Amino acid sequence: MNILTQPWPWYIAGPLIGLMVPFLLLMDNKTFGISSSLRHFCAMCIPTKAKFFQYDWKAESWNLIFALGIVIGGLIAGYFFANPNPVALSESAIESMNKLGIKDYSGLIPSEIFNFSSLLTLKGFLLIVVGGFFVGFGTRYAGGCTSGHAIMGMSNLQWPSLVATCCFFAGGLLMTWVILPLLMNL
Amino acid sequence: MKYLKFLLLGTVFGFILIKAEVVSWFRIQEMFRFQSFHMYGVICSAIAVGMLSVFLIKKFKVKSFSGEEIKIEDKKFNKGNVIGGLIFGLGWAMTGACPGPLYALIGSGLPIVIVILLSAVLGTYCYGCLREKLPH
Repeated sequence: MNILTQPWPWYIAGPLIGLMVPFLLLMDNKTFGISSSLRHFCAMCIPTKAKFFQYDWKAESWNLIFALGIVIGGLIAGYFFANPNPVALSESAIESMNKLGIKDYSGLIPSEIFNFSSLLTLKGFLLIVVGGFFVGFGTRYAGGCTSGHAIMGMSNLQWPSLVATCCFFAGGLLMTWVILPLLMNL
Repeated sequence: MKYLKFLLLGTVFGFILIKAEVVSWFRIQEMFRFQSFHMYGVICSAIAVGMLSVFLIKKFKVKSFSGEEIKIEDKKFNKGNVIGGLIFGLGWAMTGACPGPLYALIGSGLPIVIVILLSAVLGTYCYGCLREKLPH
């Protein structure tokens, strides 16, 4: 049981994530990618004239089912096999995040920023709502996310995916080192 | 019932995402600050396994379980890979989550993440509406 409650080291978790690629290909010729589910969700739920959403989303519904599975997997891991300890971060990381004003390291995400009442603060609104918007807008504009580009695209030696992955990192570095310290002071 | 296998595989994937802690905002910060090897280890070993799998599937012309030839579409480069990539990168460091982890976090009992996911849906929707006006 221990192995199910404890966090897994990278050399176990990483290869298992990589195995999603051949599993999906062998199961039904599907390419690994999660962010498309957001598009299918729009096509399914939002009435619109935009051409981008005029397609047979039902043919892609496996992707939505896969996403639903991720929710269930998260539920099983979070409720039945939750790690009782905080994330084992490096000391230097904790030191840096202390400087950002973070005090609570008990959960998977900083509860002092990510909660419903902080939605009403400028900092909370920017990080939660605008941040989420960037994730949805950016992944679709880029044509994929960490799974579709960084893992699936790179596995298939696609150079545009390498470019996209480098840009994901460049954006993340810019936010972490330059913008986030300003946002955290709001 | 043809979807059951995807539901099960997704469940396994969601479980792994939580156990790998790649869903953690703290881990993402640690990665972008180069303060731990953990995230790099996860991402690089996932790519290595994926790459080897695709190589073997192509080399031995492995067929899918239903006997189909396995086809993977090429990704065509466009400016969106750069501009969209940068925008997603900003959002990744803000929310500490890419789309997969968003679903896993919601399942793990963090309803606030539903707000992030709905914003992401709105972002995708706005992209779809503005698509023809954006550089590609």
